[in-house]
Parts: sequence; structure tokens; C-alpha cells
Amino acid sequence: MAIEVSIPTILRTYTDGAKSVEATGATLGAVINDLEAHFPGIADRLVDAGSLRRFVNIYINDEDVRFLGGIDAEVADGDNVTVLPAVAGGA
Amino acid sequence: MRYDNLLASVGHTPLVGLPTMSPSPQVRLWAKLEDRNPTGSVKDRAALSMIEAAEADGTLTPGCTILEPTSGNTGISLAMAARLKGYKLICVMPENTSPERSQLLRMWGAEIISSPAAGGSNEAVRVAKEISAQNPDWVMLYQYGNPANADAHYRGTGPELLADLPTITHFVAGLGTTGTLMGCGRFLRENVPGISIVAAEPRYGELVYGLRNLDEGFVPELYDPDVLTTRFSVGPRDAVRRTRELLEQEGIFAGISTGAILHAALGIAAKAVKAGESADIAFIVCDGGWKYLSTGAYEGTLDEAEEALDGQLWA
Repeated sequence: MAIEVSIPTILRTYTDGAKSVEATGATLGAVINDLEAHFPGIADRLVDAGSLRRFVNIYINDEDVRFLGGIDAEVADGDNVTVLPAVAGGA
Repeated sequence: MRYDNLLASVGHTPLVGLPTMSPSPQVRLWAKLEDRNPTGSVKDRAALSMIEAAEADGTLTPGCTILEPTSGNTGISLAMAARLKGYKLICVMPENTSPERSQLLRMWGAEIISSPAAGGSNEAVRVAKEISAQNPDWVMLYQYGNPANADAHYRGTGPELLADLPTITHFVAGLGTTGTLMGCGRFLRENVPGISIVAAEPRYGELVYGLRNLDEGFVPELYDPDVLTTRFSVGPRDAVRRTRELLEQEGIFAGISTGAILHAALGIAAKAVKAGESADIAFIVCDGGWKYLSTGAYEGTLDEAEEALDGQLWA
């Protein structure tokens, strides 16, 4: 089992167009490092100086990682990680 | 209840229990029926508060033109208030919103400028800011950054919730401008030790996240993550499923964003049951389902509804 990571349209240039990819790691940071090993350049789009970029939202099983410890959030096999750009919501 | 006029009747909405959907007598769900506001949504609170604040500080004077980016509800609320108070209203609204919304806006006398579907509300905000810069005499109340938006909930929604449910343990609302969560959240945190403030954020189809680059992303100026306990992303399938369950099991006919909020509330309720804790979970019913009947969310299978909503701004 691995962790499934959904990639937003804007970052699919790094994943050869794949909407979702598999990765491994016990923390979000480790998952991002694993992504970087397969898709060079992607980590820099997600992380800046050790924390998530302002306009990047990442969710583990639909919960915002910023409330789960950010980069240090724990991830387990079978979890879903979703990456989305931060956009204005309906109002 | 008797009021001098329609605007004076904003707020003071009922809080109703959900006896069927609540998992146990110790873990209860409560719905704050914001669809009972004058134009049928929670946004009447923010719209009136922003207009009154702008009148008080002299920004808004008789005959002014108001400009606002909106996916519907705030525009509709502003349009009603603007009509009664004699302002002109121009709304910048994404193309991928249901036709009921533009029809209502026009009925209340608002002018609509369409923004591209790709990028959703992000584009509406960008276009409105451009238009605002070109028309300095127009007043953009700017709900995403106007403290009077959150203040409406700090002064109104929050105290109403606490008065009706002194045992409240969790508050769940949708995350758009963040005004409801910031205002209610601050008030409740100040008055209820240990309360959890939970955001449910709609997750739209890919079209809505279609930015040209990540630097075009957007976080509302009002947003302060420290007010929240946590934040969930809820997709259209869960939102529609819960919207339908709310009608079938409790008789409440709500809009689709309410289904997303209820989904998060039910998740919290399940956790409380598992942990053997008691909980009084209040959540916001943002609006009724009327404006979304044409979206396809209310008939057919869940698969069909999910497909129909793809690319639409359903909340």
C-alpha cells in the first residue's frame, strides 16, 4: 500500500499530466521528498523554507494539514493526500 | 416578531435540533437556519453590516455605486439593501453560477459583470479589483477583507448561538470569505472555554482551480487560522448526499454548501461518539435549495448530480 497524492492541474507539468500519483513516507515532508525524487522541481512549488507555500493547500484525508502539524503531519499507508491551490471561495 | 422594515429583520434566526441525524442523546446536532433571513441567506448579515459601517464612516453616501465580487448570495443581499437605501449595485459574478442567482440579482436591480468560469471566485475578485481601480468613485465593500463582515457574526450570529445553546461544544460553518467563522469563532472562543471551531471548505471541480500560476492564489484578508480548530475539504458528492439526507431525515431544504458543512459536522459527531464524549454541535444552514434547483443536485443519482456539478460554483 502507498499514499495516493492528487495533483492539481497547475502542477501536472511535473507529473507528466498525471492527476494522481503514489508516494511513500511517514510524514507529509517525507511524502513531498519522495515526490521530488520522482518528479524533480515539484517540492519547490509546494514548500518554501521548510513550510507550505502561502497559496498551497494540502489535505490528508480531506483535513487541512496546517491543523495537523504542517510538514510534520503524520501520514499512513492508504491515506489520501490532496494538493490544491488556495482560491477564493464562493460568497 | 414585528420590525419597522425588512432590513431591521436581519438575524435572530431559529436554531433547530436534528433528532434523527444526531447520533445519540449525548451527541446532538443543531442547525442555525440562516435561510430565514430576508433574502434567504446568511449573507444578509454581512451585507447589512458592511453597508452600515461604510455609511457610518462616510465612505458610502447617498446615490453611491457599490461594486462587489460575489458568487451570488452576498450580491443578492447587497442588491436588496441597495434598493431600499437608494444605492446602485454592480456585481462581478463568475459565469459558472446558477441562473437563479443572476435572475434574482437583476430583479433587485443589480447590474452584473461576468467573470470567466475558469478560476471561479478568484477571477471575480481579480476583475472587481481591476474595475475598482478604474472607477475610484465606486465603493467596493470587499467582503473578503472587510472587518464589518466578520463583525456581523461577532455581534449577531455568535451571541445568538450561545444564548440558544449554552452547552455548545463545536461550531461548524462554511469557509468562503471566512467572515462567519472568524466572527462567530472569536466570540465563541472568548465565551466558551474549549470550544472547537471547524471550517468546511467546498472542493470544486478542476475548472475552478484553473489558475495560470500559483502566485494568483488567494487567501481572504479576513482569514486568521488561529481562530480555527481544524478545516475540512468537502467534495460535491458528500455535499449533495448530506443535502439530500437533511431533507429526507429532518425536512430541511438547504443549499448544497450546507450539505458540505453538515458532512463535517457529522464527522465530528462520529468522533465524539467513538471517544465517548458528549457534544452539542451547531452548524450553519447558509441558504435554502431554491437557487440551486437548476444545478441538477436535487434529482437523479448521486453520480449524475456529481457530474452535473463539475465545473459549477455550487457553494
